[in-house]
Parts: sequence; C-alpha cells; structure tokens
Amino acid sequence: MISMAATKYSLMELMTVISAREVADGEVVFAGTGLPMLGVMLAQKTHAPGCIIIFEAGTVASRLAHLPMSVGDPRAMRGAATAAGLNEVFTFVLQAGRVDVGFLSGAQVDRFGNINSTSIGADPRHPVVRFSGSGGACDIACLAKRTIIIAKHEKRRFPEKVDYVTSPGWLEGGRSRQAAGLVRGGPDVIVTTMGVIRFRVDTKSPYLASFHPGLTPRGVAEETEFALDIGEAVETAPPSAEELRILRDIVDPERVFLK
Amino acid sequence: MPGKTIGLHQAAALVPDGATLSIGGFTTQRHPMAFVYELIRLRRRNLYLFGHSPGGDWDVLIGAGCVKRVELAYEADEAFNTVGPRWRRAVEQGKIEWEDYSNFSMVARFTAGAMGIPFMPVRSLLGSDVLRKETLTTDERSADPRTAAKKAHVMTSPFNPADRVVLVPAIHTEFAVLHVQKATAAGTVRIEGQSYADIQQALCADTVIVTAEDIVEEDELRRTPELNPIPFFVVKHVCHVPFGAHPYAVYNYYDYDPLQLKEYHESARDDAAYRAYLDKYVYGIRDHQAYLEAVGGPERLAGLKSSPEFGYSPDLKRRL
Repeated sequence: MISMAATKYSLMELMTVISAREVADGEVVFAGTGLPMLGVMLAQKTHAPGCIIIFEAGTVASRLAHLPMSVGDPRAMRGAATAAGLNEVFTFVLQAGRVDVGFLSGAQVDRFGNINSTSIGADPRHPVVRFSGSGGACDIACLAKRTIIIAKHEKRRFPEKVDYVTSPGWLEGGRSRQAAGLVRGGPDVIVTTMGVIRFRVDTKSPYLASFHPGLTPRGVAEETEFALDIGEAVETAPPSAEELRILRDIVDPERVFLK
Repeated sequence: MPGKTIGLHQAAALVPDGATLSIGGFTTQRHPMAFVYELIRLRRRNLYLFGHSPGGDWDVLIGAGCVKRVELAYEADEAFNTVGPRWRRAVEQGKIEWEDYSNFSMVARFTAGAMGIPFMPVRSLLGSDVLRKETLTTDERSADPRTAAKKAHVMTSPFNPADRVVLVPAIHTEFAVLHVQKATAAGTVRIEGQSYADIQQALCADTVIVTAEDIVEEDELRRTPELNPIPFFVVKHVCHVPFGAHPYAVYNYYDYDPLQLKEYHESARDDAAYRAYLDKYVYGIRDHQAYLEAVGGPERLAGLKSSPEFGYSPDLKRRL
C-alpha cells in the first residue's frame, strides 16, 4: 500500500471501491444491474477472487473478463461454472438460501434501506416519473442473507420514506421485516458517493459509519433527507493506488459506468 | 427445409389483434426483433404482453401503439438506458395498462403455467409495494379473462402456521415467440448461453413460434439431446432469420449494436424523431433483409460478430 495523499480519484470511483470491500472472499454474491456489476467485478479482481458471482439471467460463478452491461450479457458467460435461466438461480440458489450477499442499486433509498426503483409520486398508477421496475431487485432484497446497497448521494434520493417499496429493507425498522414474513436478510450497508451508512442492530435506524475524505459528517447529513446519526462517523479509508488501477484499467477501461 | 418452417411475415400474421403473447430473451439479449418489427408493420393492436425483463422488444411495440396491457418486472435496456423510453412515456401519459411484479415472481408464474398448475408459491414480495399495491383494478381484472382475477395471494402454510408464502397466478398465453441460435425444421431447439425464461414461456403458450439464426439437420441436435430443453412437438412454427435479434445480442453469434441502440434511444426522446425512426427502420422497410441493409448491411454486421473464444465481441466499442 502506498500513501494516498497524492492519489486523485472521483467520488464514483471511491464509492465503487468501498462497496467492493464489503464483499468477502468466497461469498456467494447475487448482483443486480448497474453499479453492482462494477463493484462485484472489482471485488473479484482484487481481494475476493473466490467470490461466486450470480447474475439473475442464469449464470453462476462468472470469471468476468469484460464488464457486463446487462445481467444477461454474453459477457456473464465468461468462465461461468453453470449457465441456466432465471428459474434455476432464483429458485434453487436465491430462494433456497444459498446467497450470502445481494448487491443492489436504487433510484431512492429511505431511512430503513427500503429501495424504490418503480416510480416517483404518491399513486403508482399515475406516477410523476416512472422507472424500470423491480427486475430481480425485490427478490434479491427479500431473499439474500444480507444486502449491500450502492447509490449516488443526492438529497432527493434519500427521503424519509420512499414513494414505493420495490425492494424491502428493514421496512418500518425494529422487527417489522420478520413480521412481514421475510425469512432472512436485510440491508447491511448503504455505500454512497458521500459516505457509508449502516443500521442499528435493534431499531434498524441508520447511522453514518464513515464519511468520505474531503467531506464532513454534518455535510453528509445535510445532503440526506432522513435523520442520520453522525456521532460515531470516522473518515472513510481512501482507495489504494492498486484498487484504482484495477478499477480503471481492468474492470472499466471503456468507461461504461465510470465517467 | 419445410417441415414446420414458414416465412417470417406468414408467422407474424398468425398473431391477431388482442392476442396474449410472451417474447423470449432478456433486456439486451436474444429477442426475436425481426418478428417484432413484422408485428408493427402488420399494425397489430391491443396486444397483451407478459414478461420478466423485456427491453427494446417491448419498448418499440409500445411506442408503435401495438400494446394494450402488460404484466412485467422490468422494462429497460439496462446500462444502455435505465428505463425503456416509450414505456416510461406511455405510463406517464396514461396510455398503457400494466401490473408490476418481480422477475422471480413472473418466472414463477410462467413456470406454473408450464407445469399445468394454477399458481406457484414464492417467498419473495412480502413487505414490498409490489405485493401491496395494484395497478389494475378488480373490475379491470374481472372484465378481462386474459388477466388473472387477482394479482397475488398471501397464504399461511397448511403445514406450519408460522410460515407464509405468496401465491402468484399461472400465466397461459396464446403465443410465445423465441429467438434462438439453432433449430430444426421439426422444431427441435438449441439455446446457447443463458436460457432466461424462454423454456417456461414456450411451455405455457398454445402456439410456440421460434425464429433461429441457423436451421440445422435433426441428427445434429439429436446427438446431444440433453441440450435441447423444449420438446420439439411443442414448437408449431420455425423461421430462419439470421441476425433476427439485431440490435440485441445472441451469444456465440453477434453482440448488441451500441450504434443502433444509441440511435433508438436518442430518437425516442421526441415523438417526431421517434416516428421518423420507425419510418426508417420498420414501416418504410419491406422485410428483414431490407432492414439489415438499412442498418448498414454486411459491413456493419461483421463488426458485431462474436469472437469464437468469447461468444461476444471483446473489442466492441460500447460507449459512443
């Protein structure tokens, strides 16, 4: 590891590196579309070469050579141990409880880590803005043993309560997730372009675990609509030169997601 | 060749206005696009579409005014455009009826239909608005037998009162249309790479139409029957359509076409530009051969060819 002081990186790169660090070597990771594909590929190319990447379109244990732009991308076939379809991975891998980590992004994330990727507006039948919809995100959030959420940090993206719970997090906090009938899982962490948010064990209320270099805890809280406990926040460990090199030169040299 | 092989136009003409239909593939992969463009040229109306994660196959049908109602989990070209532009516009302008599910629950619905049972239990959806909120009203559902009477039903296990599941209703469609790598004139089908939910979609449809990159001899596919997942007698019609999924990818054949996707997504921002896109690539085009010429002919298509080592084009420039 070299000194970071002189290493320049974007907040997007930092967010990707921090999210990748949440994946442990050897874990089974079910990654959603978008930034999670970037994060999980970085994890596989750095500290977690043995992580098993599942994409919902049907691949198990890809050894990615090129960043996929779709979870059904032909690029997901590279080095895969098994290729089947959605039914096989959703039923026998995810629902059966074989996924350690679900890795998701979302348009809106609320204080209990509930994600909205369906629509903005009070009535989903007459939305102000319509998004793609769940895809597999609801299923991953319901059935993985824990969830990593990655999201760009903007105030409007972090409301007190999302307009539509596409992917259940801790729902209303406390034991409400179990009460809803979900048998496992829940959000472990939200990694953003400003910091890292985690949840209290009992109440599931959110707290700022770390803020990114150059920012302040108060600054992060001000850019978050829901109340964020910042009392214990420390500065995020910056990306290493090696992490940045691999991210830029090996994971996303085409700048598919990185700008 | 004959057997079950028919022309693409003839096959598309089998689908009447108001039909229930599912289309194979997944977001930017393996959609029977040539068939979809034929449906648009035929000016089909009031189609009912069922899918998990469609992409531009649905978006262009919706944009061309062919669709009345959809049941889906997702509609986008993923990293090429994170929401289908004409789908978004149709929803925001109140021009389409729809119901939201998740990918797993939609696939469970296709599976139930394929198995001949009325519903499937899943452990997903609990606690979500996908379960709690409904877009179609009870009246709209009961007025139309193409749509299940109820979106979903939460049930306590009869074997354990502490255990709850969500029952999702089976799907039966009149038609399923798949695009695959290889098929025979008898209807034997070979899918290479991810199968998505093509198999379940085929097995819950009355009429299965397969378009294929290559039509091969029966003996060739029967040498490895374990790789032919759909009983051949389920497939009614087969069409030979090379580059039939363009601008989307077909594993081992060709990649998605970033240039064409960019033109589609840029034109879709504006109604007049979108209409011009449809005129240029669909209405003003006689058939699939003419379409392939319109998008740049052999030279352009050669640039999309999969490398034998990867099954896709590793040097493809994807951000333009």
